[in-house]
Parts: sequence; C-alpha cells; structure tokens
Amino acid sequence: MLNLPRLERTWLWLGGITMAFFFIIVLSLAVMADIEPPSYGQTIDPTKVSQTPPFDHPGLHQTGPKAYEAYYVGQVFSWNPASITIPVGSTVTFYVTSSDVVHGFSVPEADVNAEVMPGWVSRVEHTFLKPGDYPIICNQYCGIGHSAMFAHIIVK
Amino acid sequence: MEQQRAENRLVLAYLYVALVSVFIGTFFGLLQVTSRAGFFQTPPWFDYYRMLTAHGVLLALVFTTLFISGLSTYATYRSIERPRRSLALGWTGWWMMTTGTVLAALEILAGNASVLYTFYAPLKASPWFYVGAALLIVGTWAVLLDVLLAIAYFRRTHPGERIPLPVFMVAANYLMWFLATIGVAIEVLFQLIPWSFGWVPGIDVQLSRTLFWYFGHPLVYFWLLGAYLIWYGVVPKILGVPFFSDALTRVAFILFIILSLPVGVHHQFTDPGISHIWKELQTGFTLMVVIPSLMTAFALFATFEQAAAKQGRHGFIGIVAALPWSNPTFLGSALGMILFIFGGFGGIVNASYSLDVLTHNTMWIVGHFHITVGGPVALTLIAATYTLIPALTGRRFTSEGLARAQIWLWFIGLSIMSFAMHTAGLLGAPRREAALAYGGNAIAAQWVPWTMLAAVGGIIVYASVICYLIAFVQMVFGGERGETRFEFADPDLYAEKTPAILDRLGLWTAAAVLLVIIAYAGPITEHFHYHIYLAPGMRTW
Repeated sequence: MLNLPRLERTWLWLGGITMAFFFIIVLSLAVMADIEPPSYGQTIDPTKVSQTPPFDHPGLHQTGPKAYEAYYVGQVFSWNPASITIPVGSTVTFYVTSSDVVHGFSVPEADVNAEVMPGWVSRVEHTFLKPGDYPIICNQYCGIGHSAMFAHIIVK
Repeated sequence: MEQQRAENRLVLAYLYVALVSVFIGTFFGLLQVTSRAGFFQTPPWFDYYRMLTAHGVLLALVFTTLFISGLSTYATYRSIERPRRSLALGWTGWWMMTTGTVLAALEILAGNASVLYTFYAPLKASPWFYVGAALLIVGTWAVLLDVLLAIAYFRRTHPGERIPLPVFMVAANYLMWFLATIGVAIEVLFQLIPWSFGWVPGIDVQLSRTLFWYFGHPLVYFWLLGAYLIWYGVVPKILGVPFFSDALTRVAFILFIILSLPVGVHHQFTDPGISHIWKELQTGFTLMVVIPSLMTAFALFATFEQAAAKQGRHGFIGIVAALPWSNPTFLGSALGMILFIFGGFGGIVNASYSLDVLTHNTMWIVGHFHITVGGPVALTLIAATYTLIPALTGRRFTSEGLARAQIWLWFIGLSIMSFAMHTAGLLGAPRREAALAYGGNAIAAQWVPWTMLAAVGGIIVYASVICYLIAFVQMVFGGERGETRFEFADPDLYAEKTPAILDRLGLWTAAAVLLVIIAYAGPITEHFHYHIYLAPGMRTW
C-alpha cells in the first residue's frame, strides 16, 4: 500500500534492528545479571514512621559476614542515620522511607539511586568494593534545605 | 482581508504570551546556572527554588504550550480557508491559558509555589497554583476543538480529499496531547486541588506521580511535534521543494499518536511499588518511538538532497553548500536538527534501565532536556518567529545578521551548557540543587569545573536571548511595512495518492487508547492491591 523508497526501507530496518538490539541487551542484563528496575513495594503510614518498626530505630544491622541491612528515614532536611561505617566488600541492602515529602536516595559512584516516597519503602542493594567517604545525597527536590541534605557511608 | 487580520491578532496573542515567558524564564535560568556555579548567592527573599520553579513552568509549560497553540492555529487557519470563521474557541483557549499562566506565575513569584514544574505531591503549593495549571492545560482543549471543527468543515466541503498535511500534523499532535492531558487533568482536578484547599486530608503520592508521568512524557513529544511541523512543513517551502512524502509524513505522525503515550513509567524506573515487568514493557515502547524520528531524519535529508539537486549540486558537501544558511528560519531549524541527534542518543540511554540508574535525577537529565526542548524545539520555534511574526504584522524584518548571531549564540551556548551538564551528571551530580558543596566531599568536588562550564554556556545562551529581545522589539514595533510570507510546502503533484486510511484519525486515536490500556492496566491495578496510606503534605520552603 505504501511505497517506501528502498533506501528508507533499509534505513528503518537498520534503526529498528538497533532498537530491538538495545532492548534485548536491557532484558538480558535483567535476566542474567539481575540488573533490573526495582519491583519492591511495601507501604507504611507516613504519619507514623517513628512508631513503625524497623523505622522506629533507623540504622545498620549486620545480617551475616559482610552483609548488612540499613534502615533509613528521610525527612526535611536530613537522613537518619547520618553516618554508618562498614568494612570494604560489604553488601548493604538499604530500606528507605520518608516521613514528609518525596526525597531521592542517591549514592553517586555506587549506582544507588532510588525515589523515596512518603507512604512507601524503597529497597536498593549495593556491594562497596572501594574504601572511601561516600555521600548519600538527596537527589529529589524536597524544599529550601534540599542541597544540605546528605549523610555519609564510611567504607574502610 | 479583515477576517485574516483578526485571525492574525489571535495567533500573535498566543506568540506574545509565549515569548514574554521566554524573556522572563531564561533570565531565571541565567541566575540559576551562575549561582549554582558559585558566582553569586541568591538572596533569601528570592531563593533558588522559586526561580527554578518559574524557569521550568514558564519555559517548559507556558512557552511551549502557548507557542504551539498559536502556530497550530495559524497552520489550521491558513490551510483550511473558511469564510466567517468564529474565533471564539481560539480566544477562549487563549484567555484560559493566559489567566492560568498569570495565576500560577504570581503564586510562584510570591513564594507560595516553590514545587518545581513537576509539582510532586506532597509538596503543597497554594491551591491557586494548581488552579492556574489546570486552566493552562484544559485551555488547550479549546484549540483541539477548533482544529477538529476545521477538519469537519473541510471534509464537508471537500469530500474524498485528504486533510491538508499541515492540519493533519496539528491534529495528530493535539489528539495525542489531549489523551495525555487527561492524566494530568485528573491529577490536578481530583487530587491536587481538593487536597491543597484542605477539603481532603491527604493525597495518594504514587498515583499522582504515575498520572503526572503518563502526561509528562507525551508532553515532550507535543513540543517536538511543534518543531516537526516547521521541519516537515515550512523548511521544504524555504528550500523551494514540495513535501518529501505526504503519506510517509502522515505515517510518522500516526506513529507518534500511538507510541507517545505508553511510555511514562520510564520516568519512574526507581520508584517502589511498580513491578519491573511494567517498567520493562514501557522500555520497549519507548525504544519504538525512536522509529518515527528516524523516518523524520530520512525525510529531512531527502528534502535537502532534492533542494540541492534542483541547483545541480550533489554529494554531501554539495548538499551542505546548497542550503540557505543565511535564512534565519532555516538556520535555526537546521542547527536544531543537529542538536536533536544528540538529544535522541541521550533519550535512548535514559530509556534503558541499566543505564538510567546512573543518570536518574542527575544533571545528565537537565543536560538532556536542554538539548531536546531547549535546543531543537526552542531554537526552531524562535527561528520561525523571524518570518512568522512579520508575516502576521504585515512588516518586513531586515536585521537578518542579528538574527543569525542570535541563533549561532544559542546553538553554541546550549551545546556547551548541555555537554557540561551531561558530564557532571555522569559523575553523579544531582539535579535541582541550589549548591553542590556537600561539606567539601571529594566526590562532589569533581563536579565544580563542570558547573562552571555550564555557567559559561548559560551566559552565552543568555547573550542570545538579549539579541532576540532586540530583534523582537524591532519586529513588533519597528520595521518597514511590507509583505512577508510564512507558508507551508506544496503537495508533490507527482506523488502517489495518499491512502484514505491514513486520514482516519479516530481509528489511530483508538489504537493509542488500546496501547495505553496495555501499558497502564498492569501498574494501576497493581497500585490498588497495596494498602495505600495518604500523605498529608507540607510546605517545605
């Protein structure tokens, strides 16, 4: 029905195959390397975060050799806990929620990047292989003190 | 003649509100990019986030929406002549959008709505900000209705003929836009307004985000198709050639109606409560929407080749040399096309989750939309005004050297700024920050040179805005009387007849709705399986 010029047909096939190839890479990484967007979902009453375990005691909990769970609460304009220290090679599973507005839980150079919404718990995991002082930055605008909202992960 | 003058006044009214928004919005942009680089401190009575909100709302929402509404009205009125046309719908849309803009802008400037242009709940702005946003969005429906009435008139008076191509492009864009705005209209009218007035105690935060992004991504295609209307429609006219292909242009726009909508969740990759299956499905749709842009690239290069062949020039260098680089409207469009190639690359990165985790909420994203909406779209639309405004006012614009300088400065400044922002983002610099010091942290220290370079680019872009302000004043108040033409290309008389099915806009809209259901039934159903807690919200600025 449509008379596509031969060159355009070639161009669109090349483009289409390239896009399909990118999609296959994304899906393969998801299936084989477990690099996939978070599916985790758990809701929490945002007005009662400080009374709801485990967020009534935010902080670091060791669950095995070099394995930790960390519970964080974001609130204007700080992360609780403000600093944690872990040994090199530790795998940390972060559980993060907010008691007020939307925040962003980001550890640059550690591929940790999660939206944190009041009413929800976000989960993200990372293995810290290099020592250093990693800042946890709020990367979702939360108010006037937004750029002062950061905490530390000390890896040594 | 009298009627055409009245129509021109309507179109000009849209363009003026849009361009005044550009002058104010870019000034805030200049203050942001320089204060973030540490060149000066924003005073507490006019803080960074207030400017940032004004910048985003005025440029991303007001400028684009008003300009494209005016341009689309112009394309429709000039392509479908209609005696005794009522301008009531056009003016209704203008009054709604302008009132909405003024209302929202006053609340922002007064400091009552520092919630940025994404207005994520539960940041709680003044209710009048949301009322303003609703008027701005719903006002566009009047423009769509006006376009559809023109099409109905055309079909009645020209049975068996295809809809004129410029009107087809406009209708496709506004139908897609209409479907998208339903999402944000539900969010604003049923969630944000009742909650901000205090009629309900809390808000479902995640649902509001999903509704926003269902609108938020098609929004960028709405901007883009505004520029495509110039690229497909006006550029061939400047080059003196017909449309490359009537049928294939329609196919590309139909693909945009269908594929622009089921993609918004790629802005929510890192949100909890949406399964990875839905995120991956929408990744697939997002990559598919690249195809109509590839078609566009082909059509444009083919148009350039045809124009060069008419002058007897061939080959890459021959084609480049044959193009009318001294024509501001062409120059801005062509440079915009170059920028869009990089915008497209970045978009593919953002759509791929495994890469998006590095770029989400970083300066990369800011770089990305400046090299898409700030480059290709804004540059094309502003370049179009050099012929469109004189055509509407019945004057001639003679300072073409100034116009060319303005366009080159914008292109160079925006390239530098966007490159610096992309790089800072890859190094982890977050977006939407008044400052990036983080207590002297070593990782944060790497971002400093890039924020400085971004400021240099931003200053160059602002120099371009000043050039444009001078040119704009000349166009509106000075200049000699005379005739300027802003016209759309002619159909190719030798082309095969366009199949009638391509004009079945209702059918393609239905296909779009079907795809929206496929993409969103999952995440929405999933959402309501959770026990949802409402967030009360607060003012944190």
